[in-house]
Amino acid sequence: MDHAAPTTTTAADWAAVHTRPDFVELRRAQRRFAFPVAGIFLAWYLLYVLLADYAHGFMAVKLVGNITTGLLLGLLQFASTFLIAALYSRYATTRLDPLAARIRAAVERGEP
Amino acid sequence: MSSPLLNIGIFAVFVVITLVVVFRVSRGLGTATDFFTAGRSFTGRQNGIAIAGDYLSAAAFLGITGAVAVYGYDGFLYSIGFLVAWLVALLLVAELLRNTGRFTMADVLSFRMRQGPVRTAAAISTLAVTFFYLLAQMNGAGGLVALLLGVTGGVGQALVVSVVGVLMIVYVLVGGMKGTTWVQIIKAVTLIAGAFVMSVWVLARHGFDFSALLGAVADRGGDAMLAPGKQYGATALSRVDVLSLGLTLVLGTAGLPHVLMRFYTVPSAKEARRSVLWAIGLIGGFLLMTAVLGYGAAALVGADRITSAPGKVNSAVPLLALELGGPLLLGLIAAVAFATILAVVAGLTITASASFAHDVYLNVIKKNSPAAAASQVKVARWAAVLIGLVSIAGGIATNGQNVAFLVALAFAVAASANLPTILFSLFWRRFTTAGALWSVYGGLGTTLVLIVFSPVVSGTRTSILPAADFAWFPLSNPGLISIPLSFLLGYLGTVLSAEPADQAKYAEMEVRALTGAGAEKATGEPA
Repeated sequence: MDHAAPTTTTAADWAAVHTRPDFVELRRAQRRFAFPVAGIFLAWYLLYVLLADYAHGFMAVKLVGNITTGLLLGLLQFASTFLIAALYSRYATTRLDPLAARIRAAVERGEP
Repeated sequence: MSSPLLNIGIFAVFVVITLVVVFRVSRGLGTATDFFTAGRSFTGRQNGIAIAGDYLSAAAFLGITGAVAVYGYDGFLYSIGFLVAWLVALLLVAELLRNTGRFTMADVLSFRMRQGPVRTAAAISTLAVTFFYLLAQMNGAGGLVALLLGVTGGVGQALVVSVVGVLMIVYVLVGGMKGTTWVQIIKAVTLIAGAFVMSVWVLARHGFDFSALLGAVADRGGDAMLAPGKQYGATALSRVDVLSLGLTLVLGTAGLPHVLMRFYTVPSAKEARRSVLWAIGLIGGFLLMTAVLGYGAAALVGADRITSAPGKVNSAVPLLALELGGPLLLGLIAAVAFATILAVVAGLTITASASFAHDVYLNVIKKNSPAAAASQVKVARWAAVLIGLVSIAGGIATNGQNVAFLVALAFAVAASANLPTILFSLFWRRFTTAGALWSVYGGLGTTLVLIVFSPVVSGTRTSILPAADFAWFPLSNPGLISIPLSFLLGYLGTVLSAEPADQAKYAEMEVRALTGAGAEKATGEPA
């Protein structure tokens, strides 16, 4: 292995941290956000591509001026990407980072 | 239409500035961490700008804009996958990878597996993706000079490809990851600034009214420019191909080794996250500008003039620059396009050389011996020279042929071989060595086989071998088949393997990935 651990953390230590309640909580919190949101944005993107692919008439409807449904939905893809990035940033800073920092400090002090 | 001397002069200024910067930052590249990751000393913002510089290739700037100019909405549709893809990197990959790896993608894939076979597989996939991408860029450099500098002779183009290759070798040899990163930062700033100025100009010509711009597009090219279907909607099959392409783009980005390697250049997972946030903002803004530029070119230049120009769709941006600001703006934009190629190829070269030195040489051949560890930077430098020379030869040999499919192929391999394996490694406790090998080789093999037997290679007038016809796979983009198949193979390889997953290593990997405990620290001074 070439993962030069800076501390002398042993396999038993990692296993002990792995079952700590706050680690279990951290993993659950990370997955609870990342998995559903990933599912949602992938589905929303694929829905958009399918509409652009098969619903030409719908996408060509002019809504305001020369802005078509297709352009609006495309711009909404940009907007939803920026929004999800901002929401994740806030969630990670408030929910994930403090837990991670606490567990990391414990591991590096050698007290899992 | 252009004044080659002016274009070359502006480009020379860019080269001189980047070389000065690369030489100035090149002190203290002794250790592997310095050479491969710049001492992990870049901030999230710097790295985010560099990611944009690494990711936004000349194909993105000229190709997407040209596609919007000629095909209207379908070009815009194509651009969106390149942005949404970053959410995969943000939510599922960037931070966990930063915390578990050191230099390469293979570090993460092999973390809890048998080193030799998994690292070999990951290195083969890394080298395949980077080589396809590199060849496409070098080939593009030849085409670009024909378009921008009026160099049409074979010898002249070969010379330009060689200059690009030599510069890229110098950037990597002298500056390592630090120098390469600064080239990417300078390039990203010039590219985005150039696109911004042109976008504002285009909008100003239409009274800062986007709807009015679209009206001018529709007057010239018809309402079809504002809705999907012009490029992709021809047949039932081409519609399935679009879906396949979309899936490939959205899942491929977070599996591109040169993108992944950039996450090691920051001191922590939090900075890796910040990098992606910056990258999303910059790439998103840039892609919105390409839509404005593309529609601007459609309105002000016209699709017919673009398609009859020497570079076809790629000439939309230069023609628009000429229309807006005359030869001086064209010269600036031409130089930006070149800078774009230089920064991308340098990033690819350092990624490939790092994978060769760290994965193949140190960990597979030398079994991670301390003596070999000390010489891995030297090996990486030699690898960079070799890769540079091979890509120069490849760029010259394929000159004049259309190898644009190589970029799509690189994304397809990244999405099929790399991403499923990364996700299984990070999130699936039971995933085994056999599963990893099945998903990497299965994804890589399926992608290559399907491409070889697709219309890209034979069977149509636009194929690489137009005279032959051995195509039985109808899609040009294999992702729709190869990506799910790779996930399935990773699953089957795991449940059918005799050897169970190493639970102790999984516990260690998960704790490291999520908390950053024991992760590689920054060693360099702040850049």
